[in-house]
Formats: sequence, structure tokens, C-alpha cells
Amino acid sequence: MVNKMRESIIMKIHYGTALAAVALVAVHILMRLTQGFAESLEYANVIANYQFLPYAGMLEIILILLSIHGFNGLRVILLELKQGPAYEKAVSYGCVAAMIGLIAYGSRTIFMVNMGMV
Amino acid sequence: MAQVSSVAEGKTSKSVTLRIARFNPEHDNEKKFMEFNLQYERWTTVLEAILDVKKHFDHSVAVRYSCRQATCGSCGMIINGKPRLACFTKISELDSDVVTVEPMNNFPIIRDLAVRFERLFDTHHKVKPYLIRDDSEITSNEKEFLQSPEELENYIQFANCIKCGLCNSACPTMATDSSFIGPQALAQAYRYVADSRDKGKDSRLKIIDDSHGIWRCHFAGSCSQVCPKGVDPAMGIQFLRGYLLGFRS
Repeated sequence: MVNKMRESIIMKIHYGTALAAVALVAVHILMRLTQGFAESLEYANVIANYQFLPYAGMLEIILILLSIHGFNGLRVILLELKQGPAYEKAVSYGCVAAMIGLIAYGSRTIFMVNMGMV
Repeated sequence: MAQVSSVAEGKTSKSVTLRIARFNPEHDNEKKFMEFNLQYERWTTVLEAILDVKKHFDHSVAVRYSCRQATCGSCGMIINGKPRLACFTKISELDSDVVTVEPMNNFPIIRDLAVRFERLFDTHHKVKPYLIRDDSEITSNEKEFLQSPEELENYIQFANCIKCGLCNSACPTMATDSSFIGPQALAQAYRYVADSRDKGKDSRLKIIDDSHGIWRCHFAGSCSQVCPKGVDPAMGIQFLRGYLLGFRS
């Protein structure tokens, strides 16, 4: 499926995730500034942020957007470094697998903290 | 270093050192440079200087050339670090006492300054560089395909391409991606996509919408900077992206 998707579709997703991530990361940074940067990184405040459902949802969306954008960017860089059918297939599937792995691990963290398991 | 003074003899002539890259892939591991001292006039081109070296000192210098008037696109090479046509570059305009000529980057070297063009011609053919439509101008009872000056303006600069390969030589993506279609072919794809007489837009866009197609352009713009015919491949590539992103139809 990864290899069959047209490059223009992939790049539309790439640009779209970048724009959305810029907007949401801006909100994320603004939230840090509302309570003072150093204070916002204190353990209790970080846990409180995760347990605030809308904020946790936004973090989850940022995680998904940046994972898709970042791993597609990595795929493009690796495709430009070296060419060949087997290599390109390995890069494409490898990047999708790494993206899914990162999203799964990050989501696990967000859900665990949100549900008070940490 | 060979001593030469034969390109031009006269009161107005100046002296220049011409450094020519020598490389034979069958024997050599790396490029070597041979130096020649030449006299030149303000109208002397780099190609004339190279041909003078061939005529008087070393006939084995390999160089491709034909028309000597920037029309055939044969004599592309790196001159003082920049891809240029040797017949279209005057020594006097380089403003240097040393002129270094090397084969174009991103092309396999045949020998010395001559390079292989197979990849450029292959990618050029790949984008179907001809009008695609069911009817024809040459069939009887058919009228010629009329076009307004405005419609001509859309693509005419891209029709000036002489396939010299300087844009592909300057392209940073061409240097790393051996499957990249390249600015020359992409500019020609736009030339036909933008032609109001052509009906093959969809098939061409499908060809360039590939993992080594139009999206691998980083918009460095070096292709447009080096074109000796004023073609702007970088602009054509951005217009093509507009079609694929849905901003143009």
C-alpha cells in the first residue's frame, strides 16, 4: 500500500501535517507561557496537563501529526541517498513501521498518565 | 605546462592560463589538470581556446561541440566552477587569469570534457515531449491548431530548451538521486502540459508524480540560474506542482 500510494497524495499529507502541527505546537507553547516556562515543567504540572483531557487529546494529535510528517521526511531523505527496488521498499515499510511504533509508544504514555496509572 | 599563444595575436590580446581536466575512466582513478598559456582577444570563447589547444598542442583533448553558437547544446561543461556552454562563454567575461574547464557534474564521463547524455535523453523521452491528441494537423480536412499569443506565452520560454544538460549538471538532487527525473525533463513536461493544443496532461502528470519525480526537487533554483537560453525550469516545476496539488487545472 505504501509503495502504491501516489507521491502527490503522500506529499499532500506531508504538507497538511506540517501546517496542522505548526498550529497545534504554537498552542502547546502558548500554554507553557501561561504559567511560566520553568513552572510548567514541574512534575505535578506536567501530570496535571496530561490528566486534562482536551490537552491530552491535543498532545496525542501532535504526536500523530509529527510522527507522520517526520517519518515521511526521513523516507524522502533516505530515498535520495540511495536507490534500488529492494532498498526503497525496505525504507518505505521501515518508516511506516517506525511511525506506527512511535505513535503506539507515545499514545501508551499519554493514556497511562491520563488515566492516572503513573 | 605548455606555452601557447595562438588563439589571437595582436596588440589587444591578453594572456590566460587554461586548465583542462583530463580523465579517462578506463585508465585513470582521478582527474588531472593540464595547463596551457594562451593569448586571447576579448571576443575569444572558451571553446575556441580549447580547440586552439587541440590544434597546436594536444589533439587528444576530448570535447564535444558542433554549432559554436549556443544552439546545439553540445559543449556544456563546468567553467570556473559553474556549468556553462563553452561556445557561449567569452574568456574576457570570466574576469580571471585562470580558466578551469571540467566535465559537467552528474553525467558519466566518456573522456576529459565529453560526457554521456543517455540519462538526460531517457528522462526527456519519458515525459512524452510531443503533442498528444487524437486528431492531427497533417490529416486532410483538418485545420491547423490555432493558438492565441497569450496561450503561446504560457510555455514559449520552455520551448527554448536545447537539451545541453547544464540544468541537470547544476541540480543538487541529480547529484544524490540517480533515479531523479531532473529539471530538464520536468521543464519539458511543463512545456507540453501548458500548451493549449496538447491533451496529454493527465498522462504526463502521472509520469512525474513518482517517488523520484517532481517532489524530489528542493527548489534550489540552480537549474534556472545556469540555463543559457533563459528557460526557468524551477518555475515550471512549481507550476507542475500546482497542478498536482490542485491549485491549477
